[in-house]
Amino acid sequence: MLEIKNLHVRIAEDETEIIRGLNLTVKAGEVAAIMGPNGSGKSTLSYVLSGKEDYEVTEGSITYNGENLLEMDVAERAAAGVFLAFQYPVEIPGVPTMTFLKEAMNAQRKQRGEDELTTPDFIKRVRAAAKDLHIDFDMLKRPVNVGFSGGEKKRAEILQMGLLEPNLCVLDETDSGLDIDALKIVSDGVNHLRDPNRAVIVITHYQRLLDHIVPDTVHVLSKGKIVKSGDKDLALELEEKGYADIIAAAA
Amino acid sequence: MNAHSPRILTEAETALIDAVARSSFDGDTQVRKAAVDIIEKSGLPTRRVEYFHYTDLRALLKGDFQPAERVSENVARDAGKPYPRLVSDACVLHFRDGHYHDFGEELPDGVTVKAGLPDAPKGDTLEDATSLVNTAVAIGGVSLTIADNTEVDRVVGLAHAQTGVATTASGTRLAIEAGAGSTATLIERACGPDGNGYLNSSDVDITIGEGAVLTYVLSIEEGDAASRLGRISVDLAKDARINLFILNAGGKLVRQELVFDCRGEGGHVEIAGINLVGDESHIDVTSTITHHVPNTTANELFRNVCTGRGRGVFQGRINVAQPAQLTDAQMACNTLLLSDNCDFSAKPELEIFADDVQCAHGATVTDLEESYLFYLMARGIPEARARRLLIKAFVAEAFEPMEDEGLEQALEARIDDWLDSNV
Repeated sequence: MLEIKNLHVRIAEDETEIIRGLNLTVKAGEVAAIMGPNGSGKSTLSYVLSGKEDYEVTEGSITYNGENLLEMDVAERAAAGVFLAFQYPVEIPGVPTMTFLKEAMNAQRKQRGEDELTTPDFIKRVRAAAKDLHIDFDMLKRPVNVGFSGGEKKRAEILQMGLLEPNLCVLDETDSGLDIDALKIVSDGVNHLRDPNRAVIVITHYQRLLDHIVPDTVHVLSKGKIVKSGDKDLALELEEKGYADIIAAAA
Repeated sequence: MNAHSPRILTEAETALIDAVARSSFDGDTQVRKAAVDIIEKSGLPTRRVEYFHYTDLRALLKGDFQPAERVSENVARDAGKPYPRLVSDACVLHFRDGHYHDFGEELPDGVTVKAGLPDAPKGDTLEDATSLVNTAVAIGGVSLTIADNTEVDRVVGLAHAQTGVATTASGTRLAIEAGAGSTATLIERACGPDGNGYLNSSDVDITIGEGAVLTYVLSIEEGDAASRLGRISVDLAKDARINLFILNAGGKLVRQELVFDCRGEGGHVEIAGINLVGDESHIDVTSTITHHVPNTTANELFRNVCTGRGRGVFQGRINVAQPAQLTDAQMACNTLLLSDNCDFSAKPELEIFADDVQCAHGATVTDLEESYLFYLMARGIPEARARRLLIKAFVAEAFEPMEDEGLEQALEARIDDWLDSNV
């Protein structure tokens, strides 16, 4: 589903290179965890996948379902099924959450040549999805993420993911700022979306999230490239020994 | 250039003077003549008149205006059809090219209307140009009275529509008196066809009695070639409150003055404005709030959007007289500039003679927030659509305090119309 080859990325503004020759393949149905220390390029990778303008790809390629992802703008990628669950979801004053959800769902349906959702159908879907994630429906009448707690923001991200039914989900440190109960709810939400046709990339610092969302593969990112790959046991090893040994061994 | 050389009148000045001279109006011609004499002698104000510093009326007001004839009732009714009413069960008073037309709509209980032009607004210097022009060209008017202690249960509409049969200079004058303890909502709306360079002059004089609450909505939807000179003056008695919502969504040249005088303790002025400044238009809102007595409050918020080559102006003045201790006045003016060629001038002014007051003002100018745009697009919303959502959210926030949801939606529909043709 996703193939990243020899990717080099720098920050457009100051030309600092962050990703330095990254290779990664993620298959349909796979849950891939990407772990790494602070500053290794984890969040940059998620932004590059979603198409944020602040980053510049200087070399390499990203192929998504046979298409060149780098040629698509942010909205086109999303409409093609790439979903980024933000580490820090953005608060947007004045835009009611329900209006936003409806716009997003209909934009993607339009892209796929489907009819727009009727209002009752839309509300029914949102209610059902909100219930699964223990989200108070009244919260969705507020502007997007405004006044939401850290946990509510993360749950709202997973709600959007469920409603938009993406093919490739990228979770950027979704566990940060979550208490144990919220972590369980969010993980259940993600596990519920596991599907043979859907791939999930879980970006995290800690092994804890991977107890709930059990990965098929684990990749260690350091200084902008994958230095080691393995199965879920690699995450346990990291938890025990820290990053230093593995990074030193790879260097 | 010799400052004493005789002035040459502009086409618009000549037309205004002639329009009055040739007018068949039979009202107080003496007052009219006096106003016209000042315009003829001094001309319309330029940038040198501080009150018009950002709106050079002499240079900007253009047109070979004709006097406005009264149209038949059929023509008058047809002229209103392109502008369906904002509130379905409102009682509406109609004005066409400045003339008052009574279509016999039933007034709500407690409201009385007397047809006829109220007294002309005061004006003897160029600072008063908006009032002088109104004195010169106003044709029709009403005096509307809300009885004491009445809660008016239906909205009263004041609908101005231009027929477009000629390029006219005309105007209206309204005197509104909200009796003590009364509550009412009035909606004034000024509409006209695109492509017609008419001049519409509007003067509204509002008196709010003790403890009364008046909600006044002014929706300016003049045609895209039109000029408008408007002034609303509000006098507030003890514990009186005005909620003024103003939407600017049309007109090529708009100068709208808002003047408030808090004359009784406990008075409150609440102003929320949205200025949509489209390509080639010049929109000026100039507000003056004067706190004459202790313990009065004011809160003023404007949200502005400029596109194309549009020019917007907000002058906000707060005067606190020496006796007006414990005044609390807040003013904010936030602007989105959406193109490289538009501009917006914001001039807050505070003149405070009392020593125990709270007065604050703030003005911001920004482009759309990139992080918001990215978030919306990351959910598949195309850029153009995402920008529009954000622009609408930015301005619509100003009208959130409006308690009438139906009215808020109707005004948002006007904002959508503007966005459709300007963004």
